[in-house]
Amino acid sequence: MTDKIAFDIVSPERLLLSDEADMVTVPGSEGDFGVLAGHMPLISTLRPGVIDIRGGSESGDLRFFVLGGFAEANPSKLTVLAEEALPMTSVDAATLEQRIKNTEEDLVLAKNESDRARIAEQLDHLRQLRSAL
Amino acid sequence: MPSLKSFRNRIASVKSIRKITKAMQMVAASNLRRAQDAAEAARPYAEKMNAVIASLAGGLKDNPGAPALLAGSGKDQVHLVIVATADRGLCGGFNTNIVRRARQHIQALERNGKEVKILCVGRKGRDQLKRQYAKRIIDTVEFVQVKRIGFTNAAAIGRRVLDMFAAGDFDVCSIVYSEFKSVISQVPTLRQLIPVVIEEAGPLVGPQGNVYEYEPDEAAILADLLPRNVNVQIFRALLENVAGEFGAKMAAMDSATRNAGEVIDNLTLQYNRTRQAMITKELIEIISGAEAL
Repeated sequence: MTDKIAFDIVSPERLLLSDEADMVTVPGSEGDFGVLAGHMPLISTLRPGVIDIRGGSESGDLRFFVLGGFAEANPSKLTVLAEEALPMTSVDAATLEQRIKNTEEDLVLAKNESDRARIAEQLDHLRQLRSAL
Repeated sequence: MPSLKSFRNRIASVKSIRKITKAMQMVAASNLRRAQDAAEAARPYAEKMNAVIASLAGGLKDNPGAPALLAGSGKDQVHLVIVATADRGLCGGFNTNIVRRARQHIQALERNGKEVKILCVGRKGRDQLKRQYAKRIIDTVEFVQVKRIGFTNAAAIGRRVLDMFAAGDFDVCSIVYSEFKSVISQVPTLRQLIPVVIEEAGPLVGPQGNVYEYEPDEAAILADLLPRNVNVQIFRALLENVAGEFGAKMAAMDSATRNAGEVIDNLTLQYNRTRQAMITKELIEIISGAEAL
């Protein structure tokens, strides 16, 4: 397979990465999905997780840690709008640990039921990520 | 007649003022470049989000279960006005223009019997509104300590606004900021945040004309995106403001520098005239003294 899928990873602050790759795996809220060239048009929200880029033309194999957002895929292009995205190399156990601690504190401070559910879910994702690291 | 020494003092002080304004102009110019880049870098995200929301909202707006952020709270009584200005002055009419636009909006609302709450972002806006609307200002957010405004700053404001909306503290939210058109032109702008104003758009179609699939369903995505959109809009307004502030500051400091130059020229002329007048006077005294002998 020679076709590559073009992709952009965009944070609110700037365009993080624009490249093309053999495959990009995106952590959708309903489960991970891999995007290859010719993917059907799809819009999905993201959960905290890892974007896995395989065979990028310039970036090679690369992993990005994202904290929610959404992704839009169509046959020729994938656009990830990430709330917060960090290259996996710059995420270490200590920062993750700190974030988990912050989220735990948020959970204690959460006022209503829906907030609590949302934060608990986030915490869950973060813990998963820690075990994946 | 003022003494020569006092002229020299004034010329020296205007010269040092000119040095300062010149330096401020140069600092503003370099900050402006950075702020402009930041505003441009933030654009793709906001545009994409707008496109997706417009396409989703078109179909869902009239549904009874539409999210409150889209459909509104059903009332139009309490208005929250976010007035975003700079924290610092010395930038010409920048802050005043924003505040004037906000004031117009507030007065129009009050004439129609609406209740107005004000959230100030930036110190200068608060200073100017405080005299007239002290009771309506609910809080002020300042970024004096923040070197570079990031998305987290905007998200903190957004969260606050959303919490208030969820608690039923207001029905309609709008933001007044300055849109950055160019270095010399910043336009005070009023934009409604809640409920979301949708530009008309059909369903989003892919390059081959096929319709998008949504995961989870459209309503869930919309519910997820709308709060984010509020943050993004606030973030955009803040970035535009920062760029506008530096643009205005640059222009103000440029004219201050030029004005200082003119003042120095005038003072130098006066100084020389006075000096010559004194020399002439002394000569006359000597000559008339010699003639008398």
